[in-house]
Amino acid sequence: MKTFRHLENVATLAYDQDKCVGCGLCAAVCPHRIFAVEDGKARVLDREACMECGACALNCPTGAIEVTPGVGCAQLIIQGWLPWKKGTSCC
Amino acid sequence: MQGFLETAAKRVPQVRTRPVLPDLLGTCRARLGLDRNRYKVNPGLYAAGRPGSESPVIVTANYKLTFDTVRFALHGRDLWLLVVDTRGINVWCAGGKGTFSAEGIIEQVRKTGLERVVSHRRLILPQLGANGVRARDIRKACGFEAVFGPVRAEDLPRYLDQGIDEAMREVTFTLRERAAVVPVELVLGWKLILYSFIAAVLLSLMGPELSLPAILSRIGLAMTATGLGLICGAALFPLLLPRMPRFFSAGGAALGLAGALLVPVIGPAAAWPSLAGAGLWTVTLSSWLALNFTGSTPYTSPSGVEKEMRRFIPWMSGAAALSAILFVWGNFL
Repeated sequence: MKTFRHLENVATLAYDQDKCVGCGLCAAVCPHRIFAVEDGKARVLDREACMECGACALNCPTGAIEVTPGVGCAQLIIQGWLPWKKGTSCC
Repeated sequence: MQGFLETAAKRVPQVRTRPVLPDLLGTCRARLGLDRNRYKVNPGLYAAGRPGSESPVIVTANYKLTFDTVRFALHGRDLWLLVVDTRGINVWCAGGKGTFSAEGIIEQVRKTGLERVVSHRRLILPQLGANGVRARDIRKACGFEAVFGPVRAEDLPRYLDQGIDEAMREVTFTLRERAAVVPVELVLGWKLILYSFIAAVLLSLMGPELSLPAILSRIGLAMTATGLGLICGAALFPLLLPRMPRFFSAGGAALGLAGALLVPVIGPAAAWPSLAGAGLWTVTLSSWLALNFTGSTPYTSPSGVEKEMRRFIPWMSGAAALSAILFVWGNFL
């Protein structure tokens, strides 16, 4: 998203261009318009906008994209920190 | 519901595409967080208008706010709505939790006999469901090609007429969209209000002066601070988000500081440490609520939120403890 930015250099998004077949699904599904296909390969335009939703990695047919998806919910993260509260959820 | 449509498979309920009063009241209740966790629609196939075998099939979640947004956006159109069982959760969150998934969609395609209702083999999915749906799995399992439509239901008519464009593919977080989540943030604050009330009562009972007016005055001061913190962190912060710094906690604390200056103005008179403790509580609460708001935005990543939490939670815990100490100290003066 162009108007809103959170922290930089934190996203777990990793992209291997050698594996890319240029299908363009990553570019289609990304809600922050991070990918674009140029000359038959996807290119990462704006890595810092990644919110780790995981849509690109799930739909990539060749496993060229890896991201650790998750829910950016503070209460859920705190529950994850507490050893006695595993597997709970919020929202 | 406004009747049924006979199809090759079975009778399909026909939905209204204009809201009626119960829809509007239900939306208000859900937006206020009163019954948003049991606001569901029965999964299955529905008809909007009078669709035929060539009509498009739109896939959506069974959260009623989602279902309503989709059907009202499609007023005047003839098409099918395939509602997946997401346990009453919206598409994006359900995708993240795995209930809006290829398996869930395939299940509904089979249950509803969709291949006998329509002659084509194409499903239009909401783009935001892509974090839960591997589109190719649907084709493999039931022969339907799943394509991702626009992010917002309101763009569906334009999408059906002209196809996709960049604007339909990007999420937004406009003032209007942020304002829509403020009531829920405030109402869900009731737990915080309750806990801080209990804490306020306990802290107010510590001190040499235990007359009822003195105790009530202290509780009043604490609740003033809590109320101001809630307004700053859960209402002002979301609305002013474009003007806030990158760290949500810092923005919430800054707004809380502005709110804290009002504590001695509108709260009951007290010794300076109590006022300082109450003000610090406003800052802390506002900062926490702002941090918590990351979960309601469509752009913060879990890695980013965790990093921010590791940096700010220790400060917040310390500030909360210090505010309690200051508050009680004031009781002894």
